[in-house]
Amino acid sequence: MVNLKNFRGGVHPEYNKHITSDKPIKVLPAPKEVVIPLAQHAGAPAEPLVKKGDSVLLGQEIGSSAEPISAAVHTSVSGTVLAVEPRPSINGREVLSVVIENDGQDAKAPMTGHDDPIQLPREEIRKRIEAAGIVGLGGAAFPTAAKLSPPRGCKIEYLLINGSECEPYLTADQKLMEEYTEDVVLGAKLLAKACGAEKTIIAIEANKPEALRKMKALAGSNAIEVVALAVKYPAGGEKQLIKAVLNREVPAHGLPAQCGALVHNVGTAWAAAKACRHGQPLIERVITVTGDGVKAPANYLVRIGTPFRDIIAAAGGFAGEPGKVIAGGPMMGLAQFDLNVPIVKGVSGILVLSDKVANEFDPMPCIKCARCVDVCPVYLMPVTIEKYAMNAMWDEAEDYGAMDCIECGCCTYICPSKRALLSWIRLAKTEIVEAHSRHSS
Amino acid sequence: MEDSRLVLSPSPHVRDEDTTQKIMLTVVAALIPVWAAATYFFGFNSIRLVFVSIIAAVGSEAVFLALRRKPVTVWDGSALVTGMLLGLSLPPTLPTWMAVLGSFVAIVIGKQVFGGLGANPFNPALVGRAVLAASFTSQMTAWTMPFTDAVTSATPLVSGQASYAELFFGTVPGSLGETSALAILLGGVLLFYRGILDYRIPVGFIGTTAILSFVFGQDVVYQLLSGSLLFGAVFMATDMVTSPITPVGRWVFGVGCGLVLVVIRFWGSLPEGLTYSILVMNAFTPLINRWTRPRIYGQVVKQV
Repeated sequence: MVNLKNFRGGVHPEYNKHITSDKPIKVLPAPKEVVIPLAQHAGAPAEPLVKKGDSVLLGQEIGSSAEPISAAVHTSVSGTVLAVEPRPSINGREVLSVVIENDGQDAKAPMTGHDDPIQLPREEIRKRIEAAGIVGLGGAAFPTAAKLSPPRGCKIEYLLINGSECEPYLTADQKLMEEYTEDVVLGAKLLAKACGAEKTIIAIEANKPEALRKMKALAGSNAIEVVALAVKYPAGGEKQLIKAVLNREVPAHGLPAQCGALVHNVGTAWAAAKACRHGQPLIERVITVTGDGVKAPANYLVRIGTPFRDIIAAAGGFAGEPGKVIAGGPMMGLAQFDLNVPIVKGVSGILVLSDKVANEFDPMPCIKCARCVDVCPVYLMPVTIEKYAMNAMWDEAEDYGAMDCIECGCCTYICPSKRALLSWIRLAKTEIVEAHSRHSS
Repeated sequence: MEDSRLVLSPSPHVRDEDTTQKIMLTVVAALIPVWAAATYFFGFNSIRLVFVSIIAAVGSEAVFLALRRKPVTVWDGSALVTGMLLGLSLPPTLPTWMAVLGSFVAIVIGKQVFGGLGANPFNPALVGRAVLAASFTSQMTAWTMPFTDAVTSATPLVSGQASYAELFFGTVPGSLGETSALAILLGGVLLFYRGILDYRIPVGFIGTTAILSFVFGQDVVYQLLSGSLLFGAVFMATDMVTSPITPVGRWVFGVGCGLVLVVIRFWGSLPEGLTYSILVMNAFTPLINRWTRPRIYGQVVKQV
């Protein structure tokens, strides 16, 4: 491999992608009942547009918000609204959700498509993406339309399409690039037009040769560059991707647009293509169900709102005693305690670790090996912030850059003393934010 | 419906396989060639002193952890490393009870009084060695020729009478572990390969010593190979707990060690300054960390 794009820091966990990397995407039938949270994106929650007893059509808008940073929510089945009530969600909190009984008809709401959507005017593309309720499918679930309008005074030079999928185990983005190559490339072009980017670069970790080959074959003819990234976590972190591909840095506490770049996930590009070509809102996504705790690991195209329980059952159920069920990958995913939580837009996989693998660790004293300093991809001193956090010295923790932490988990991963560095940094961030809001009020 | 079988904990959910205990045991493994060379050259004295130092160090650690009502975590291997390092830094004919005292001081005064593993500002083995050197000066500078018990007056660093080859293989008088450059380098390569030794400290330390030796008209190769510089630069200065955590800080630390060493060697009244060079820089470690904070991603470098 020549000239792989790289960045300083990061770790090499066991990738375990072989479990599902050769498994084609299977369409998972819609469940009998979907639970669709009205807050499954960054920003303001959507307000419900339906009430108990209403009939809804597939793709009908069921939640919307007038706030600038928010996203519309659509139903992923047709049927009857059973309830609009708080339900458990993947972040451990109850979130106002629309529960819909599937009538099995998939009777579609009217959808406006376009045969050659790249001909659509720039603002129309942005509007369709907004109307489709598209958010970043890589995990952060930031509303895509909001991201596409660069802040005043910023010019987007580069649109980076993030196909790195650096989270171990997950292969959803890889399969998407392999099987829906055309949609991803079209989506990349649409996003580029919508944000006015001069150049589009699709970045893929070098451990996905098939995806790289297919994307190169199609993108080459479309004036889009495809680059291979060194295989290292978190290569797909927004700041790390910009550093690796463009050798630029996002200003501290600033936006990528301030260094002329915009990053969108390959899944987001795919969703944008579907929205503009078929008028289809974001009601389904590709996920990976994997881990040693599930019998038949697979890649699925699932409806948003499908409960974890149904998906795990479709994947053959638990293999032995389950230890952890994680929404997302092992580095940044959220552990779950309730399998009724639904798949939401930003979840790219369900990882089931058996009780043998899902270890708890007793921390030992820090021996100042500085591995956390060496691996931190934003160049913090995690051990120092941890020390300040443990002593409730929040000002010092802030001075040492706690707020710059991207919570990638490299420090905790690498620590030979098994210390929960990231947990302490998270605590410091919470305390610092609270202190600031106290101060300003 | 909650599933009580499920473990709930924050991310990340996977951890690297390396542990603090593995790191300590790897250091022990890296010291094996050094100990083997010492035993080859100095015979039973090497086995006697290193064993006694280890047993005294681990024993002191266990007793003082128990007295502090802390879990007795001697299995972490840190006391084993301290005992082994101290034993290998002693001259071959040192009385056994002095080695025991040195280990006790290293663990109790050097480490446990500060709060145990990770909390000590100074390298414990060097604290033990410094106390022995100050208390029993003649015994701590009584050297023997390898393969014999013949007492000799001085190490090659002082006498200046050894060939490069003798210094490299270690057939010269000196402390148990310091004589064989070859064995030390073997251990150093293992530590480097396993990601335990940060090259910046030994390179800064040895490089500074080499440059200053050249500047002041000394025989550079001789200065590097004689005395305990290599042993200290590879095994003592690189002690994780007592050296800086920032990349730049490790350069500063290594270069600082070299500066102090050269000052003591060329102008001090001691024959060798290794122990004090590292202890002095240990004292600066917290300040070095503070002065060499890495630039955080996205922070603009201030224009001067």
